[in-house]
Amino acid sequence: MGNRFHSVTLDTDACKGCINCIKRCPTEAIRVRNGKAHIITERCIDCGECIRVCPNHAKKAVYDSLSILDNFTYTIALPAPSLYGQFNNLDDKEIVLDALIKMGFDSVYEVAAAAEIVSDATRKLMKQGALKLPVISSACPAVVRLIRVRFHELIPNILPIHAPIELAARIAKKKAARLTGLPMSEIGAIFISPCPAKVSAIRYPLGTEKSYVDGAVAISEVYPPLIHLMKEVQGEEESEYVVGAGRMGVGWGSSGGEAAALINEKYLAADGIENVIKVLEDLEDEKFSDLEFVELNACSAGCVGGVLTVENPYIAKAKLKRLRKYLPVSCNHLRDERMSTLEWDEELKQSNALQLADDMAGAMEKLNEMEEIVARLHGLDCGSCGAPSCMALAEDVVRGFATEDACIFNMKEQMQGILQKMTQEQSYIKPPFSVAHEEEKK
Amino acid sequence: MSAPVKLKYTVPGDDFTRAGEASGSVKKALKKLGVCPDAVRKVAIAMYEGEINMVIHANGGEITVEITPEAVDMVLRDQGPGIENIDLAMQEGYSTAPDNVRALGFGAGMGLPNMKKYTDEMKVESEVGVGTTVTMRVYIKQ
Repeated sequence: MGNRFHSVTLDTDACKGCINCIKRCPTEAIRVRNGKAHIITERCIDCGECIRVCPNHAKKAVYDSLSILDNFTYTIALPAPSLYGQFNNLDDKEIVLDALIKMGFDSVYEVAAAAEIVSDATRKLMKQGALKLPVISSACPAVVRLIRVRFHELIPNILPIHAPIELAARIAKKKAARLTGLPMSEIGAIFISPCPAKVSAIRYPLGTEKSYVDGAVAISEVYPPLIHLMKEVQGEEESEYVVGAGRMGVGWGSSGGEAAALINEKYLAADGIENVIKVLEDLEDEKFSDLEFVELNACSAGCVGGVLTVENPYIAKAKLKRLRKYLPVSCNHLRDERMSTLEWDEELKQSNALQLADDMAGAMEKLNEMEEIVARLHGLDCGSCGAPSCMALAEDVVRGFATEDACIFNMKEQMQGILQKMTQEQSYIKPPFSVAHEEEKK
Repeated sequence: MSAPVKLKYTVPGDDFTRAGEASGSVKKALKKLGVCPDAVRKVAIAMYEGEINMVIHANGGEITVEITPEAVDMVLRDQGPGIENIDLAMQEGYSTAPDNVRALGFGAGMGLPNMKKYTDEMKVESEVGVGTTVTMRVYIKQ
């Protein structure tokens, strides 16, 4: 698991070793060592915060290029609902879908369509009382990974059904196999993704051994050719591709959409990683009563805020709202699929990446040692040592990854001590002029 | 046998925004130690309730926490007005919180009952005009 794939990676040449990313990471998964940032694989949840904050564009998301289409005999585009929020004056999403076909895909299956089935299934499961309340959405992979790393107590509350993207790939590929007679291996389901977390979820899935999604391209990557092709499509005849999703499915593209589709007012929707963490902390402490569903999105405004999108998240959200006006409420229902197709194939396991040692006695020893080290540090949490806080440096020291000398303030004091000895002066730094003057007068 | 982990906090009075800092910090420490999630939750809830009580009734106080592989012991000590009738205070729904505090959604009379509910052992010692000490223990199942 240590070497698992992450979409979020570092361009070492571009990295200046500044401390913007280490301060922003919600799982303290980045350290600067020898002037370059390093990502701690076990802790990274692929939320993309470091990509957002890096002033040198050294943090990058790895995704597939459109040439991946050449690897398959038959290809299916799986556009994320957030894609529709990227275009001006879009009131017919068939234009986007037709343009994707023109781009080289053989067919399109909207992730929003699968989202409607997930909504229907969630409604049914909640009505049956089959889920632990409050149910936490499993659609944002960064949130699910965050819970695995930091909020173990809440794992049983996570909705144990596939995210819409995974379900979309399963449905679309099975349909394509029936239609074409091709083996699954020759059919490629390619996700048009708003974020790196979803790209990682394909290679390293949650709730299943292997994802049915074969690749992911970034919305930002398909955007320029798509705009061009959409202009071509606009003048053409009626589309032959049936529009697959309504208002509910498309609503998933921004924060609150998934929750609203449950037709249950006892919900909360939070977006932005810091807000998500606050809500998870309070959920853990049972500070909410009478709450049945919790929708959490790591990105501000929801998926439209993903780092692989083009448009300002809040403008994209407004655009989605406009588009939804023209759509029927919902076009897809659970009855078309078996519940077993939706349910996770395997249980979600907790990650112990934050634990100091395998046994508690060992961890206690390390924690005590950390407290001693922190007491010797200056508590400025400046990040100059390459760790996000003094406590994090102390943790690195007891784990054997750093030494206390990494603290530049401690080092400065040590140097002052040496200089004092050398010069035999009371103080290395002279008092300000006025004080010195007063002393002279005496 | 490693030494117990000892943590100490000062809870400021009359500042609701800071109530929860101590329990949040203890929660973090317990997670680092790999304590089972159920015990983490119980400690966090009981301690948060205690912190809120200190803010509402006692103008703050001090909390000490001691963690061993067997249990988490919490001692919450304040120099507040004290509790006149502890049995009454332990009843669900009983509260002496002022109206302005209730307006914020606190003072439902569930503080002490919840602290008892979420801990394995609890002792309340109080003297009117001197202060209150609440001692709580949560066992860690391994």
